Amino acid sequence: MQVLQTKQDLISEVDTLKIDTLIAQHQDIPGALMPLLHSIQDSIGYVPESTYAPIAKALKLSIAEVHGVVTFYHHFRTHKPGRHVLQICRAESCQSMGAAALEAHAKKCLNVDYHQTTTDEAITLEPVYCLGNCALSPAVTLDEEVFGRVSAADLDALIFEARSPRVRV
Amino acid sequence: MATKIYIPRDSSALSVGAEKVAIAIAQEAKRRNLDAEIVRNGSRGLYWLETLVEVATENGRFAYGPVKVKDVASLFEADFLNAKPHALSLGLTEEIEWLKKQQRLTFARVGVTDPVSLEDYIAHDGYKGLKNALVQSGVEIVKAVTDSGLRGRGGAAFPTGIKWNTVLGCKADQKYIVCNADEGDSGTFSDRMIMENDPFVLIEGMTIAGIAVGATQGYIYLRSEYPHSLRVLNEAIAKAEMAGYLGEKILGSTHTFHLEVRRAAGAYVCGEETSLLESLEGKRGMVRFKPPLPAIEGLFGKPTVVNNVISLATVPIILDKGAQFYADYGMGRSRGTLPIQLAGNLKHGGLVELAFGITLRELLYDYGGGSATGRPIRAVQVGGPLGSFLPESQFDTPLDYEAFASIWAVLGHGGIVAFDDTVDMAKMARYAFEFCAIESCGKCTPCRIGSTRGVEVIDKIIAGTDTVKNIKLVRDLSDTMLNGSLCALGGMTPYPVLSAMNHFPEDFEIKKAKAAV
Repeated sequence: MQVLQTKQDLISEVDTLKIDTLIAQHQDIPGALMPLLHSIQDSIGYVPESTYAPIAKALKLSIAEVHGVVTFYHHFRTHKPGRHVLQICRAESCQSMGAAALEAHAKKCLNVDYHQTTTDEAITLEPVYCLGNCALSPAVTLDEEVFGRVSAADLDALIFEARSPRVRV
Repeated sequence: MATKIYIPRDSSALSVGAEKVAIAIAQEAKRRNLDAEIVRNGSRGLYWLETLVEVATENGRFAYGPVKVKDVASLFEADFLNAKPHALSLGLTEEIEWLKKQQRLTFARVGVTDPVSLEDYIAHDGYKGLKNALVQSGVEIVKAVTDSGLRGRGGAAFPTGIKWNTVLGCKADQKYIVCNADEGDSGTFSDRMIMENDPFVLIEGMTIAGIAVGATQGYIYLRSEYPHSLRVLNEAIAKAEMAGYLGEKILGSTHTFHLEVRRAAGAYVCGEETSLLESLEGKRGMVRFKPPLPAIEGLFGKPTVVNNVISLATVPIILDKGAQFYADYGMGRSRGTLPIQLAGNLKHGGLVELAFGITLRELLYDYGGGSATGRPIRAVQVGGPLGSFLPESQFDTPLDYEAFASIWAVLGHGGIVAFDDTVDMAKMARYAFEFCAIESCGKCTPCRIGSTRGVEVIDKIIAGTDTVKNIKLVRDLSDTMLNGSLCALGGMTPYPVLSAMNHFPEDFEIKKAKAAV
């Protein structure tokens, strides 16, 4: 899988502070690593590699263990995503209603493959395996909002909306 | 008095615009100076009719659907607040044939109540099971669950009572109840519906489990793809705690039960119970060897009950109405009801809860209404990505764990995905291997390597290269995966692959014919 490498791997001071606070908040709960990684990604959109060392120290783990967990789970990103994340369901139910054509359409319109971000940094495209919206296949999500019975035209409208600067901060 | 209007807040309903409809109705009511109260209920599970708007009348709720924002003005014009006719009128909700014929036990409140209203939950028979459990011993509660015949609804169908009994019999300073809410099978959404639309029933079921086996801490391991469920569960848990249904001294008793939601992170294999426990402990979701069983050495090495959402959500009604009431439904060794999910290429997709024994054909045509595209249904996959594909000749199989096992298929979590005649079964077989390759935890070789080799060999078959030889190779590889994998991911990937090859050989051999030309 090719990940689009961009300049954002330098974390801002604000983000560093946020991460330190989150680590302090989580370090004493049982099985803290997963909730901590979620909180970091919720807060800044991804889990930068530079966080592995402070996380490992706080949770008494090795850096390798933290790296292993972050990279095991599809949900965690190690690079900053675009302003919006568009996920297309690839699972069987959506396939039965034309998901393959929908994903081809998305890749073509956005000119990216999965796990890549458009050149204007507006949209990161990701695959997803079932959104539990199988009675209304095919389904996609835009920034966690689920859409059902999505046609190519619906997808175009969602992409247009995501790219327009006014909406969805 | 204000007229009550019900508009679902379920995420599937939201996916087709329920939020916009709710806003439009509120605005229009205000503009017309009408006295209306909007209740955001759960979905009834008639998804092709979403957004399903209901209005309370003296005779019961009256339904309209599927409502779009553009229909709102005309609904008011037609005086829908007084249940007057409109092109989208569906009549009294409870009289809709699709719903009326169902036997909703676990889903009794789903779509009826406001999911996050504890008052509403209690007014609709909620927490009756817990009250009964509080005056019984652990042994008695476990006996009731065993006698009900409830089997694990996650897919493996292991008797729930037997699992509980093992944990009950263990001596330990700490025990856990873990709810497996990592509902990753395509074509399934019943767990999501419970969590979003009746979260208290799951909380109650877990609390009863905790009281029964002596566990004071529960975790709901929730897939990250369900952010909406997360919000609803957390809101419901906070309300249950406030009202004394969770926490220390539950309802003034000596029992303690704390509950927390933990998010998964998009790994399908974490639906396997030992991998799930590893993940909860903050590790990679690698499958554990069994034994030891999680019931004896589970989360953090302590005795742990790991049950699916539907299994746990079915416990309250068993404790409320009795084991025999539940066991009276069903057939053979499959007792009670199964929440079936109709998905994929079907006209009327949604949630059908019925006693075991209904046939696939009845579900696909009487409930599902045939394919959404209007073409013939050619194949059906039951039980998620690790379930077999069934051809039309097997549509008369009754939904029963043993009946499915006898035709080398699985019921799994009750998800049914229909495909029309445009489906290419060689591609579906390829996808099964591909999915296994993406999701394999990597611990055992048959799954980790076998899945990737499987994709490669199917690609050769699709390309028409040495078809006969390569079909034999896929069968051989499948045999290794079936017998040599550590868990169901590698061990059951051959189900969709081989069933596709066995029932739809033409999709594999056409390639051969093409190559011969």
